[in-house]
Amino acid sequence: MTDPIVSIRNVSKRFSGGVMAVDNVSIDIAQNEFFALLGPSGCGKTTLLRMISGLDSPTQGQIMIGGEDMALTPPNLRPTNMVFQSYAVFPHMTVMDNVSYGLRVTGVAADEAKRRTIEALEMVKLEHLAERKPDQMSGGQRQRVALARALVKRPKVLLLDEPLSALDAKLRDGMRLELTRLQETVGITFIIVTHDQDEALSMATRIAVMDKGAVQQIATPAELYEQPRTRFVADFIGKVNLIDAAVLGQNGKTANCVAAGLGKIEVGTDKTCGDKATIAIRPEKLKLSTAEPKGASLIKTKATIRDVAYYGDTSHVVADIADGQHLDINVQNNSRVGGSGFDRGQKLWVSFDPQDALLLTE
Amino acid sequence: MDYWKDFRKVFFTLMTLGSFWMLLFFVVPMGFLFVLSFSSKAIVNGETSILDYNYFSTIANYVDAAGSSYLVLLGRAVLWSAIATIVCLLLAYPLAFAVCFSAPKWRPILLLLLILPFWINLLIRTYALIQVLRTNGFLNQALGFFHLPQTDILFGTSAVIMGLVYVYLPFMVLPLYSTIEKLDKSYLEASLDLGASQPRTFWSITLPLTMPGVITGIILVFIPCLGSFLTSDLLGGPNNWMIGNAIQNQFGEANNWPFGAALSFILMYATFFVLFVRAMLTRRSKGVDA
Repeated sequence: MTDPIVSIRNVSKRFSGGVMAVDNVSIDIAQNEFFALLGPSGCGKTTLLRMISGLDSPTQGQIMIGGEDMALTPPNLRPTNMVFQSYAVFPHMTVMDNVSYGLRVTGVAADEAKRRTIEALEMVKLEHLAERKPDQMSGGQRQRVALARALVKRPKVLLLDEPLSALDAKLRDGMRLELTRLQETVGITFIIVTHDQDEALSMATRIAVMDKGAVQQIATPAELYEQPRTRFVADFIGKVNLIDAAVLGQNGKTANCVAAGLGKIEVGTDKTCGDKATIAIRPEKLKLSTAEPKGASLIKTKATIRDVAYYGDTSHVVADIADGQHLDINVQNNSRVGGSGFDRGQKLWVSFDPQDALLLTE
Repeated sequence: MDYWKDFRKVFFTLMTLGSFWMLLFFVVPMGFLFVLSFSSKAIVNGETSILDYNYFSTIANYVDAAGSSYLVLLGRAVLWSAIATIVCLLLAYPLAFAVCFSAPKWRPILLLLLILPFWINLLIRTYALIQVLRTNGFLNQALGFFHLPQTDILFGTSAVIMGLVYVYLPFMVLPLYSTIEKLDKSYLEASLDLGASQPRTFWSITLPLTMPGVITGIILVFIPCLGSFLTSDLLGGPNNWMIGNAIQNQFGEANNWPFGAALSFILMYATFFVLFVRAMLTRRSKGVDA
């Protein structure tokens, strides 16, 4: 990567209670990236964001922004601005005063501050509400104020802490598109913290998945989904069937293993395996058929349908296989007639291409 | 909200007892005092009666009360109360902040320490303060120990103001504490994040957002200070009377209730004036809920 704009090096944060909120995290974020920190609540993602902004300081490690070490730079002097989860729009100021605040306190000339404020308000389509007070606005509008207030400062990096979590579902979808559009227009690096995988997958160019203070994997959305590195990532991103397997031996890029409910199978892998592993396969990559599927390379097993849930475009089928193991299968409802075409208690075959399965060792 | 319309019986039941109490012990006596302030003592058989009054006979009490000697006492009360209120505010604001930022397990203990003086009678506390401030008191002993010059502040302005600050400080800290505690700290973080320095954040964000607490504290301290008499009597002596001392004297030693009543009402109008100014200020800073 050429000259990362934000470089996090071996950063740890231990809170006074002894809790390790962030544990030896290293991430490089490039100019113009839309980067997401994704993880369950309490995984340390917000603490990491606050350390980039300077509102928290690392116990160990180094944070560089634009090539400069930020250790001794207080938040008000950092080239970052933050959109807070609660928006933190000042209740005693009008929209105009809120947005121009960051310019006024840093001594930007009044007429330039006004011009830039109006520009920022136009960018988030709020120019008609400039004289409103925050208590006369909806949550979505307040969030736009928070966005404009941060963007008007032209930061090198914009930090967004769960920006969509307080909005209702419909507004959230609109705002997702708008954030992506904004990021492309202003050309500023965005770092967003979210616990919502859909949000991260649909907006970000790269995602760091965090768990218990540590980074599990940093990758593009497609890589995360198709090439999860650990069991946690596979489970956290999208739906997945995780099947315990005992590894019998490895022959180059294929591993021989015995998987629960599937018996003896061969799965490709580029890692050296120990004797225990997990086979991960996404529900949409499994196929159901009434007749035994043909194809020598296919992995197949007999199954009994336990449950079918109808979702309109797809149906989710839960099927029991041997060894008390069950599989989740997504079926496309391609015909208007007959729903998924599968019924509870029906006996049939489940099959998949071994290339679509992944052997996870961590 | 018109809840009372939906629950009329409940509403009037809840209201009755308190209304009756206020009527009997506030409205009626105040009405009586109001009448009295326009009355004069009756002359029976050539002697001034102790119990009888000529009701609504005169405005002489107000004319006398507006005399320069009493206006000085009123002016002194306003000035000293204002100084005491400002000192309280300056002490209480950092104190309230410190309590808010202390570890949660310490907060109740710190607040308890703050209101602990209330558990002791005001008179005793004031006498204790005399022990500290008098010529051979603890303060001068301490100063002497460090070879510093002696002070002579008892029976002076500063002793009265110190006494007022001591008595009323908790009334300033508590409302400030409750507003600062409710203050969303992300506003302060947002201000810092937007490039404002710590002092700028205080002036532009913290102070305006805690203004309701400041105003409540000012009222809770200033108004009782205005009418106080014990502190100025014990710590100030006869040369440092405030209007409260004059009122106490008229109802007590001087035994001139009509005149005392007139002084009381003048003090009350002064208080109303302060509340009026406060209401105006609140209207100006609209958007900040008081």
